[in-house]
Amino acid sequence: MNNTIYEKPIIKKLQTGFMNKFGTGVFKRIRKDIDGVAIERLVEQFGSPLFVFSEKKLRGNYRKLYNAFSNRYPNVLFGWSYKTNYLDTICSTLHQEGAIAEVVSEYEYKKAKRLGIDGKNIIYNGPFKTMESLKEAAEDGAMINIDHFEEIQDLENVAKELNKKIKVGIRVNMDTGIVPQWSRFGFNIESGQALDAVKRISYGGHLILNGLHCHIGTFILEPNAYSQEVKKMVEFAYKVEDEFGYKIEYLDIGGGFPSKNRLKGVYLPPEVVVPSIDEFAEAVCDTLLENLRPNDFPKLILETGRAIVDEAGYLITTVHAIKRLPDGTRSYIIDAGVNILFTSFWYKFNIEMDREVSGTAEPSVIYGPLCMNIDVIDESVNLPPLERGTRLIISPVGAYNVTQWMQFIMYRPSVCIISEKGEPLLIREKEDMEDITKREILPEEYELKK
Amino acid sequence: MERLSQLAINDEGFIFDPYTGNSYTTNKTGILILSELKNGKSGEEIAKITSEKFNIEHSVALKDVTDFIEQLRSLSLL
Repeated sequence: MNNTIYEKPIIKKLQTGFMNKFGTGVFKRIRKDIDGVAIERLVEQFGSPLFVFSEKKLRGNYRKLYNAFSNRYPNVLFGWSYKTNYLDTICSTLHQEGAIAEVVSEYEYKKAKRLGIDGKNIIYNGPFKTMESLKEAAEDGAMINIDHFEEIQDLENVAKELNKKIKVGIRVNMDTGIVPQWSRFGFNIESGQALDAVKRISYGGHLILNGLHCHIGTFILEPNAYSQEVKKMVEFAYKVEDEFGYKIEYLDIGGGFPSKNRLKGVYLPPEVVVPSIDEFAEAVCDTLLENLRPNDFPKLILETGRAIVDEAGYLITTVHAIKRLPDGTRSYIIDAGVNILFTSFWYKFNIEMDREVSGTAEPSVIYGPLCMNIDVIDESVNLPPLERGTRLIISPVGAYNVTQWMQFIMYRPSVCIISEKGEPLLIREKEDMEDITKREILPEEYELKK
Repeated sequence: MERLSQLAINDEGFIFDPYTGNSYTTNKTGILILSELKNGKSGEEIAKITSEKFNIEHSVALKDVTDFIEQLRSLSLL
């Protein structure tokens, strides 16, 4: 019997003439649990791969963001961005915290109502609103933000049909000094298009303009862009009030705040690159208070999604195979692919192991299970030699992945939440054959003869 | 095997290749595999020696020895 600790054999070429700046220390990113629940227990209970949400983190993030704004401005309302994550449990948790719903499609509108949200507490945005859904939203008294001239016409028709005036907001876009400028949604302020929209609404006489909506982009790292946005929205609001007699009751500045995720191609870690939420809140609220008229405090609405939910989500995966590539690079095949990790196309995730592994770390590639060349979770991550069965915990993955995920060659996995009491609860079951095939129709003449 | 016999390997795992001037570093398992390869042992035989020496499963040793040989090949040492 030999007690020498076994290390997987490695050989590394020494680079002379280069400073070994970062060393090759042992990989330290170990995560044995999520909110006190062991990774292995979660996998035993719900399988792998597995999306795991932390209620504690979700509520904590919401409160941190809400407080950052409400401590600086007296009239703040958060609209939960359904498209970021519309799992019932996630939405319900945020509604419990006080957020109303922000939806961008008929499906999302109905999903919010199905959860018990009153139409009055739904913000209806987006460039594609069906006539049926506009009528329903108008009847419910939802906050509808108009995207284009056709929608003005549609809503006027709804108003005539319902024989009532409908309160509406318009979405505006503008130059806030950042690139790309999101100009495809709403009406442009600088070109005069937004003012034309107000004129058109005023001329029609069936709609009452009471709000402005904007969303300048996504993963914005520059707080000053929000100052610009707010300044231009306030200026425009007063122009509308002074020239058309409408009262702008709300300024919905959208979202786009970044999470502590690492964008590909950004060298510095997110802790350095991503400004704190207080910096964003200060930029927004200071600009509001500097530009609003005395005793005028329109409702400030925020639709922040990613910054609330991204860090509350983890994906537990399992190493299925280990392969040495022809150039000598070690690679791993795990059981979760880019079809369920949409954000892998622009994020370099934090990847943690569920156990201590001895051995020298080396740059490794992590592939998903799809039989597709694009299925790469990480092109180069320093990992020690991993055994088959090692769990890799990928984060933050709470935003967009469980809404934009795509069923492809295998079933989408289970999703669970760790409650604040530390109890793991299933919130979405793993799919089965029936989920995928139930909408298919095989005409009789195509049936295979038995 | 001729390439391997040219390598100078010390007890700490420092390897010098006089043919190219390149230096490498390996760990204890690597030293064992290299020395057995120099002795002319096959991958299967080395896996058996490794599993006995470190008290690990033969299947794990066989996979790791194969992987190490692939590493040597990618470094043009085999």
